[in-house]
Amino acid sequence: MPEGLINVAYIVAAVLFILSLRGLSKQETARKGNIYGAAGMLLAVIATILGGHVDSLGTLMLVMLVGGGIGLIVARRVAMSAMPELVAILHSFVGAAAVLVGIVSHMEPGNLAGTELLIHEIEIVLGVFIGAYTFTGSVIAFLKLRGSIGGKPLTLPLRHKLNLLLVLSSVLFGVWFVNGNPEEQILYLMIIIAISGLLGIHMIMAIGGADMPVVVSMLNSYSGWAAAAAGFMLSNDLLIITGALVGSSGAILSYIMCSGMNRSFISVIAGGFGVAEGTAVVVSQEFDGKEAQSITAEETADLLRGAKQVIVVPGYGMAVAQAQHIVHEITKNLHNRNVSVKFAIHPVAGRLPGHMNVLLAEANLPYDIVFEMDEINSEFKAADVVLVIGANDIVNPGALDDESSPIFGMPVLEVWDAKTVIVLKRSMATGYSGVGNSLYFRDNTRMLFGDAKDSLNKVSALLN
Amino acid sequence: MSRFEKSYKICLATLVNPLFKLLILLEKIMCYIGDLSYTINDRNLMIIGVLKEIHPGERRVAMAPSVVKQSLKNGHSVLVEQGAGVIANFTDDQYEDFGAEIVENAHQVWGRADVILKIRAPEIIHETGEHEAELLRKESCLICLLNPGRNSDLLKMLAKTGGTAIAVDQIPRISRAQSMDVLSSMANISGYRAVTEAAHNFGRLFTGQITAAGKIPPAKVLVIGAGVAGLSAVGCAQSLGAIVRAFDTRSGVREEVQSMGAEYLELNFEEDGAGRGGYAKTMSKEFIDAEMRLFAEQAKEVNIIITTAAIPGKKSPVLITKEMVESMIPGSVIVDLAAEGGGNCEMTIPGEFRVYKKVIIIGFTDLPSRLPTQASQLFSNNTSKLLQHLCQHGQLKLDLDDEITGAITVVHDGKIIWDPDKPKRVAEKSAQPVKQETFPKSVSPKSPVKESKNGSWLKLPFLILAGVLIGLLGYGGSSEFLSHITVFVLACFVGFMVIWNVSPSLHTPLMSVTNAISGIIVIGGMIHLSGDQIILSSVAVLIATINIVGGFVVTHRMLEMFRK
Repeated sequence: MPEGLINVAYIVAAVLFILSLRGLSKQETARKGNIYGAAGMLLAVIATILGGHVDSLGTLMLVMLVGGGIGLIVARRVAMSAMPELVAILHSFVGAAAVLVGIVSHMEPGNLAGTELLIHEIEIVLGVFIGAYTFTGSVIAFLKLRGSIGGKPLTLPLRHKLNLLLVLSSVLFGVWFVNGNPEEQILYLMIIIAISGLLGIHMIMAIGGADMPVVVSMLNSYSGWAAAAAGFMLSNDLLIITGALVGSSGAILSYIMCSGMNRSFISVIAGGFGVAEGTAVVVSQEFDGKEAQSITAEETADLLRGAKQVIVVPGYGMAVAQAQHIVHEITKNLHNRNVSVKFAIHPVAGRLPGHMNVLLAEANLPYDIVFEMDEINSEFKAADVVLVIGANDIVNPGALDDESSPIFGMPVLEVWDAKTVIVLKRSMATGYSGVGNSLYFRDNTRMLFGDAKDSLNKVSALLN
Repeated sequence: MSRFEKSYKICLATLVNPLFKLLILLEKIMCYIGDLSYTINDRNLMIIGVLKEIHPGERRVAMAPSVVKQSLKNGHSVLVEQGAGVIANFTDDQYEDFGAEIVENAHQVWGRADVILKIRAPEIIHETGEHEAELLRKESCLICLLNPGRNSDLLKMLAKTGGTAIAVDQIPRISRAQSMDVLSSMANISGYRAVTEAAHNFGRLFTGQITAAGKIPPAKVLVIGAGVAGLSAVGCAQSLGAIVRAFDTRSGVREEVQSMGAEYLELNFEEDGAGRGGYAKTMSKEFIDAEMRLFAEQAKEVNIIITTAAIPGKKSPVLITKEMVESMIPGSVIVDLAAEGGGNCEMTIPGEFRVYKKVIIIGFTDLPSRLPTQASQLFSNNTSKLLQHLCQHGQLKLDLDDEITGAITVVHDGKIIWDPDKPKRVAEKSAQPVKQETFPKSVSPKSPVKESKNGSWLKLPFLILAGVLIGLLGYGGSSEFLSHITVFVLACFVGFMVIWNVSPSLHTPLMSVTNAISGIIVIGGMIHLSGDQIILSSVAVLIATINIVGGFVVTHRMLEMFRK
């Protein structure tokens, strides 16, 4: 197959990728977008095979079949609530692949010399650096999301200086790598990989559980940049374009997530914010002399039955308790009673951008009753009952009126404007930010303690 | 603003701004050339002509001097008939000061102008016996209140001239056209004037007071119909201190009435009168009976009744009967804003002021014209917005497929294209263009992120670094490398543009798709899948394939779940 034809195929593939991302901007076109993406990928792979660069087609087929099979099984089996973990681990694969491609590309430099060789080597250093960072960072994020390691940020003393030291030393090794002779070069490359891997581990370890949406989207961005760097190494425009697309997509997502928390990107990445989940400091049952008032499932059912307008605010707690299906049951029941039910989603609810939307969709909830924060914040005033399911910081009034609060300035769902707020919670523990929530002590707030799924099951049974 | 956002903006500013500036410059040059060709090939700038109204008692003028300036800015020139604005308190000097040309008589305006602005529909000129409609030239366009539903003869006359006529009273009630809606502007003024007319003729105060000389009871005002005019009347009467009640068949306006502090009168009857185009529809017989009982009751009690129930192009419904008028307290005032269509009050004489059994009934049909300065100002603001909508490059271009242009163009190319059967005032949610109270949109306060003190000077090194890097690239890079960089930068921008539109509910599928796409790195492994590196490359291909297949499949699974 002539070189020109392959390039044309690559261009078409790049266009398909762009169309794919564009398709994902709307619900109606999203499925088509996914198909465009897959078609682009297929085209790119076929063009590369036909391009004659592949020597051992048999090995390739075997490897791809195995890889595809694993991917298929994993993708079909994974639970929707485990989506953050899956996304994180998939990022690590891109990172690892970028490292491998970097090493291979170094071993087979082709016939480059002079400035071109220099540039090529710089590209390799950059590629493996980003790749290794993405790899280890994503693995740590995966483990944190799975709960294998606690969400508590690891705050070593002098950790910022340590990070700086790691970056500087990898730059130093990078310089040596470029100037070194071939035998030394591979050693230096390995050292760079080790250092950047360490950096990835250390930096992600330092970021708290509540900041995970930013971390995941940041790693998404990095996996893109890693692919772009690989594209530079191989002088392959398709890789560059795709990497840049993915990189900027991830960057925008992190930006949106950051503004959802009113925190700067730097401060999130610098880490050290938030405490471990669940283990949180138990706040006393009193606050400003007021006591939190609890409510039973029976009373909750009565309140829901008498309401005209109900808004549900899901948080990570709903994902943990796997309560989305029972939420759907209750929604259906209320709909049949002519109670209007809407869902309010905060941009950083959950552990992944858009996490709550996916969970609600899994439970078959129609997406036109699910609203973004800005759309629905003014509607809480008209709501009779607001059900807060396992959310904490995103409904904390302190973010608006308490200047001393660490989350002051973060936009929140103004649930307290409703007639009654029912908060489903396991205990009076604080949220991931470790900040007390004065919402629980408001006159119109009732606490329904216990596991969200159990409580809602009871409520649902009573409604029937 | 976060530092990240800042640096992003800086990045944009340094890279994109010069590009944009260049583009704008180019566009300007192109426009200039385009305009030049207009001047050379076609003719001069479009001329807007403003006529003196000849309808007896009409005090308004179609363009206020301040709007002349706007028209000149839009690339038109303006001709004004001598004395056109005098009654509305706009002198010829004022027009000239703003750059208009004053001409001696109407013929010159009709003869020279490309677009003729008027308030009232054309009629016979008394002095000469000519009809204004016959003066319209083939290539010119008349813009005024035409009321095509009632003036079919006039439309025929206009069509005969071969010119174009635009009826501003046909502007659809859609949010996009609100700034051009002349009827709403005029209704607003009518509502206000109705109250002041009533106050002027009412023998007592509107406001209640307790004075040393005794108690002054407040006046009671009933407003029937809470459209634009009705709401404006409610607001005005309320601010004079009266007790205001309002009634409307459309229960949806209740909140608007209440938000202005007035009482909304209820019928214990389940029927909503919201019809097409923001107007009320005709109600059932039972409803009307209940409604009439309410009015009869109220008539005995209130001092002022303002009725606004006009149906465009149709006879107004009678809501206040002779008996009701007779039952009113002597000295009471009725202002009938629907007088043009016969009146909501049985005893109304359209256009006249009358006293019937000690009740004053005002049936003026020219209320906006009684506040000529304000009415002219609003009318010209509306038509100026309309002209901007109709013009391209300073020339009139009628796109009849456009929702607004299509609705208002009644005569074009010698044909009547107005279709009376198709009500063009299409309904839209925001059918009440005048909202006296704007509800404060709840904006979640976003306090700025606490920035470190050295935040601002971080820009400089960033800029310098970027500059140095770009310089180095240009100096040291090979041409192939530079072409890769070009591709990279462009792709980044495409990515930014595309991703900003993504709906937040799709963020997770977006991530998994980008994840799958970044599996394109598989190509890197494939190329090296030979010889010594076969193991490393195989591993790379393996994991990248997991990514590709896994990513696409899981995205598919997720998207299948989203349903409406």
